[in-house]
Order: sequence, then C-alpha cells, then structure tokens
Amino acid sequence: MKKDIIIAGVGGQGILSIAATIGTAALIGQLNMKQSEVHGMAQRGGAVQSHLRLSSEPILSDLVTKGKADMILSMEPMEALRYLPYLGQNGWIVTNAKPYENISNYPPLEEIYSEIRKYKNHLIIDADEVAKELNTSKSANIVLVGAAAQKLGLDFNLLEAALRQIFIAKGEDVVQANLAALHAGQDIARG
Amino acid sequence: MQKLLLLGDEAIAQGAIDAGMSGAYGYPGTPSTEIIEYIQRNKLALERKIHNQWSANEKTAMEEALGMSWAGKRAIVTMKHVGLNVAADAFVNSAISGANGGLLVVVADDPSQHSSQNEQDSRFYGKFALVPVLEPSNQQEAYEMAYSGFELSERLGSPIIIRITTRIAHSRSSVYTREKLPQNQIRLPKNREQFILLPSISRQRYQVLVNDQIRFELESDESAYNIFYPGKDKSWGIIATGIAYNYVMENFPDGCSFPILKISQYPYPTKKIRDFVNSCDQILVVEEGFPYVEEGLVGIMGNPKIHGKLDGYLPRTGELNPNYLAKALGLEDAEGPAVPSVLAARPPAMCPGCGHMDVFRAVNVVTQKYGDIRSFSDIGCYTLGAYAPFNSIETCIDMGASITMAKGAADAGIHPAIAVIGDSTFTHSGMTGLLDAITENTRMVLIISDNSAAAMTGGQFSPAKEEQLEKICLGLGVHPDHVRTIKPLPKSHQDFVQMLQEEVDYDGISVIVARRECVRIIDRRMSEKAAAKKKSE
Repeated sequence: MKKDIIIAGVGGQGILSIAATIGTAALIGQLNMKQSEVHGMAQRGGAVQSHLRLSSEPILSDLVTKGKADMILSMEPMEALRYLPYLGQNGWIVTNAKPYENISNYPPLEEIYSEIRKYKNHLIIDADEVAKELNTSKSANIVLVGAAAQKLGLDFNLLEAALRQIFIAKGEDVVQANLAALHAGQDIARG
Repeated sequence: MQKLLLLGDEAIAQGAIDAGMSGAYGYPGTPSTEIIEYIQRNKLALERKIHNQWSANEKTAMEEALGMSWAGKRAIVTMKHVGLNVAADAFVNSAISGANGGLLVVVADDPSQHSSQNEQDSRFYGKFALVPVLEPSNQQEAYEMAYSGFELSERLGSPIIIRITTRIAHSRSSVYTREKLPQNQIRLPKNREQFILLPSISRQRYQVLVNDQIRFELESDESAYNIFYPGKDKSWGIIATGIAYNYVMENFPDGCSFPILKISQYPYPTKKIRDFVNSCDQILVVEEGFPYVEEGLVGIMGNPKIHGKLDGYLPRTGELNPNYLAKALGLEDAEGPAVPSVLAARPPAMCPGCGHMDVFRAVNVVTQKYGDIRSFSDIGCYTLGAYAPFNSIETCIDMGASITMAKGAADAGIHPAIAVIGDSTFTHSGMTGLLDAITENTRMVLIISDNSAAAMTGGQFSPAKEEQLEKICLGLGVHPDHVRTIKPLPKSHQDFVQMLQEEVDYDGISVIVARRECVRIIDRRMSEKAAAKKKSE
C-alpha cells in the first residue's frame, strides 16, 4: 500500500490538522509515513501545502514526485489547481467548494470549478456548509478527510482512533463532533 | 527505545536531550525554530533543567553555548543559515579555541528561500572554520547525529556543525530513540589557555586545528554516515549528499543499478570519493544547496566526467526534488497537468487587524509629500509591507539594517529617512546601529513597530517588555523629547501622522515606539483561556 497526497490550502485553514489526522491514523496502523509542511513567512495568509506520504514500505523522499500524487486534497478550490503538476494519471482532486478570497484578483469561481471538473476523478464538497449543518463549523477540514479517506480506501477504524487520540483532551463532545464530520464526508464521497 | 513521530528539527532536539545536553541556545529563525521550541516543552528537558531560553541573537547564543562547553557540559546552539553570519565571529573563533564539553552548532539552510533572503550553504562555513559537518538525510539520522555528535565533538575537541535544510527540518517521520545518557559534570579544559585567543596562543591553536584536519578527514573516511553502495552499471556513479540521497533513491524503488556514494559527514572523504570517481564512467553529484562537493571535484581545471549543478544537469538554484533527478539521469519523468492560467498568485500578507499596517498607513501619508521614497525596513512580518496595497518598503537586507541603512541614506542627503523595525529585531541587532545615529545625531526617524513578540516565526519571546524599549533608547542617548510612544490603531491614524510629521521635521534622531500586541498572540491567548475554562468546568 502506498498513498501520496498533496494537502493544499491557505495559511490558517487547518491543513496541518488534516495532515495530523491522516498521519496519526497511519501511525496507529503501523504504516510508514513522511509529512512535510510549511512554517514561517508563507503561513501568513499565503498559499500553503503539505506533502503527505503513507506506505507499507520504507519511504525515501519527503516530497511527492510530480505526476505521482494519488490525491490533491484542498481546503480551497483555487488552491487545488496550484498543485496539478503533482497529480497522477488516475489521481483524485477532492476540494472544499468555498473560496477564500483574501486577494483582490481572485478569479471567477465558475472558471475554477470548470477547471476542476475537467478531471474525471474530482469531488467538490461544500465542507463548511456540511460542518455547519452538523453544528461543528470548526470541523470542515475533517469532513474533507472523511471524503478523501473514502476515495483513497483508507481504514476508517484507524481514522476514528486517530480523531479520538487527537481530540480527547478537548472532551468527548469534541471527539463526537469530529467523528460525525468524518462520516458526513465519507457519506458524500460514497455518493 | 521509543518510537516517536518527529519533525527533523524535533529529532535533533530529542537526540540532544537524550545525549545529556545541559543547554540549548538560539534565536528563532525559519526553519530552525522548532528545535528549541521542542526543548522548551519536553518533559525530560524540563526535569533536567536544560537551559532553553531564547537568546538576544545568534552571536550571543553561540557564545553562551561556548561558555557551557568551556565548563565541560554539552550544549547546542541553533539558528537559520543567515543567523550563522551573525554568529560567525564567535563560531569561526570557536574552531580555534576548540570545544571542551560537546558543542553542536545546528544550522538550518533554506534552499528555495521559502522564508529567507538567500540560499547560502552552511557546509562552506564548516570548511571555512575547519570544523566537521554532519548532514542528515532523514529524521532518524538527524536524531543519531545529535545524539552521537556530542561524543564526536568531545573526542575531536572541536565544535561540530549539523547542517539541515528546510525539507528535513519541517518534515515529520518516525524516529526510534536511544538510551538516555546522564548530563556531564563541570569539568574545566585541561589546557586552561586554549580559550584565550591572544596571538601567542591562537597561533599554536590554529596550528593544532590545521594538523587536526587529517584526523577529521580520517573520521569522515571511516564514518558510518558516508556509505558506498555498489552497483553493476558503472556508466553512471552518483554522489549524493544529505537529503539529496532520498531524491535519487525515490527514482529507484526496486534498487539502483548505478553505484552510489552517500556523503553525510565532512570534511568530505577524499580517498573514498577519489576511488569512487575512478571506478565509474560519469559522475552525477547531487547536493541540496550549493555545488560544494561538485566544485571540489571539478576544480579550476575542469573535469568532463563530473556532472551536476555547474553544467546544468541539475538546477543551480532552489530545492531539489525527485523529478529533477529523473531528468538528470534520463529516466522517465511525467509531470501532471500544467497549472491553468486562471490561477492567481496568493502571496503571504499581514493578518487582518495587524498593527504593522497602521504603521505603514502613517508612513505612506507622511512620506508622499516628499516624493516616492517610503521607508527602510527589516526582517519580520512587517517586511510584507513591501507588497500592495502598502508598497511602503525600500529595503530589507538583514537583521537591523533598517536603522543603519536609513542612517547611511540620511548621510547621503535623503529626507525623510524613516526606519521601520520590529521589537525583537531591534534588540537582536538594532541597538548598536541606533548608537551610530545617536553619536552623530543623524536626522532620521526610527519607528519600532512593537508587537511584543518574534511574530513571524510563531510568536516567540521578545526580550524587551513594555516600556523597556523606550528605556533602551533613552539609555543609549536619544533625547527624551524625541522618544515617543503611540498605539497604532485605525482610530489613532491622525495622531500617528501628526507625531511622525513632527519627528520628520526634527533635525536629529527620534524614535517612535508603535506598540500593539500581535493579533495572533491575542487570539492564541484567548483560545488557551477558553480551553482552560472548559477544562475546569
């Protein structure tokens, strides 16, 4: 088993929590993992990405090879496009639908969506809306994790254990909210 | 033995803690910051009372670590690559004095300049100062090198550089830990003169250091970090240093048919390299950073069988990746789809509500009356004032240069000469420059945009609290009428503009402290408070 994932978004959107959730699940499942992240200047509202690699074999490069990613998982639709050169032939684009417009020249949203729709394996989810309906608006990123994990065929038992491990210090209600977000994402991805 | 999930930075911290370190010194700088942050919250480090407070700058940190080494205890000093320029005086001379307790100089280079103003390669500092360099290729090696690096430093009597780059510093992987060693007791140097670099002594010490190079190289030749992997196909031989090794091997999931020489300890092992080069038809040298080993091989006379960054097989600038290696070796390399033209750039920006923005709004209003020269600035979040809509910055060179460049420009006849610096950068390297302006009562205005933190690197401790900044300026000798304070807010814009105008009109040096706490740190404190409240319920 080997999965290469580019996690994308804007600084402050919680892409490191996505990486931590999937990474923790991998660790619980005894998989090898490497996860490279962005710190420093770029985090100030700029485009950020994390390269997450999981494998049953030893992993060498900390970076995903361009043209080999199994998935681009993005918290923001335009940011999903930024990393297209990484996408493998049958790779998935899973992205949040909601734009993060902190620049004056943000392109028309429909043009962004139509670029994403050019790829057979795409899924655009209004994760913010889904999370809001669940009354857990902070968990939009976990909704995306649920959808991504379904498409990648990750083990949901491991993801549940990971969320429990990460959020237990914040209380059982936070754990439950995140588990609900995870499964809501899974249900959407199942279609 | 424990299995931990650690950033490369954290692996170094854990290795140093487990090896009985007594002190960590440093100044925050991407991508090195997380080493000391990890030590500041590690349980064993706290139990052992390992020194963990940030220093004023990299030079003071280097000297403090050297003092601990003099006393016989193990110390690390951490910094980003350009920080070693600041610490260079202390560092280069620590090679002459030598180390007593193990001394590790951990330097994090930033190829691709993700968060830096250049790409300098710290291995050259190792060669320059004549000290050994360790360059880990993965998180486990980062741990091992910190763990065993102290012993190496004590055995060779030399400080050791551990050189990492962004991609290992900020990448997480699992690390297996070793037995926890006790800390050293105080044990003064046998030769009580060796740290007194008077010429009569330092000449002897320098000779010792030069003679030691043979030992250092022998150490590299026998190092378990410098590994030869045989291969059947000798049409290519690959020399890969540090993390670059991974990018090579990523292209050969089923094993590489070319021989490989992996180098992770310097001075580079000359004999091993010579034998390797002689055994292959062509050599590809793969290095993250400058073509350091490659230049050594090519030399002035050139060598047509050596390929790498100097002849365009690999890019001369920026980080490496597996794709560049595929291209260089003529392997199949299929990138994914091109980025569509609809994509817009999204550069970093100051946070909504940030006080730095109020500073630049005032600077822009006052300076526009005089022409299009705005301000001389410095290293920090406020450097983002260079971007639209502010476009408020003319210069950003190095820590503290805002003040001294404004002074030089004022000396040249520029008016108004306004410097904008942050609080942490001011105490790092700004105070001495201010003294120059005071000595000559230079006509310029220094704005200290004080958010009470080293914010760009994540809000670390800033030594000057509250009115201490004003007191420093007064103590250095700025006239009390011209040390002024304002809270930069949209509602105080007019007051700020007026205050700045008054000081621009003053024929001498003035300081305006624009003090408002970093909005991110306020947010963090609020959420910590909320979490604590929830916990107590």
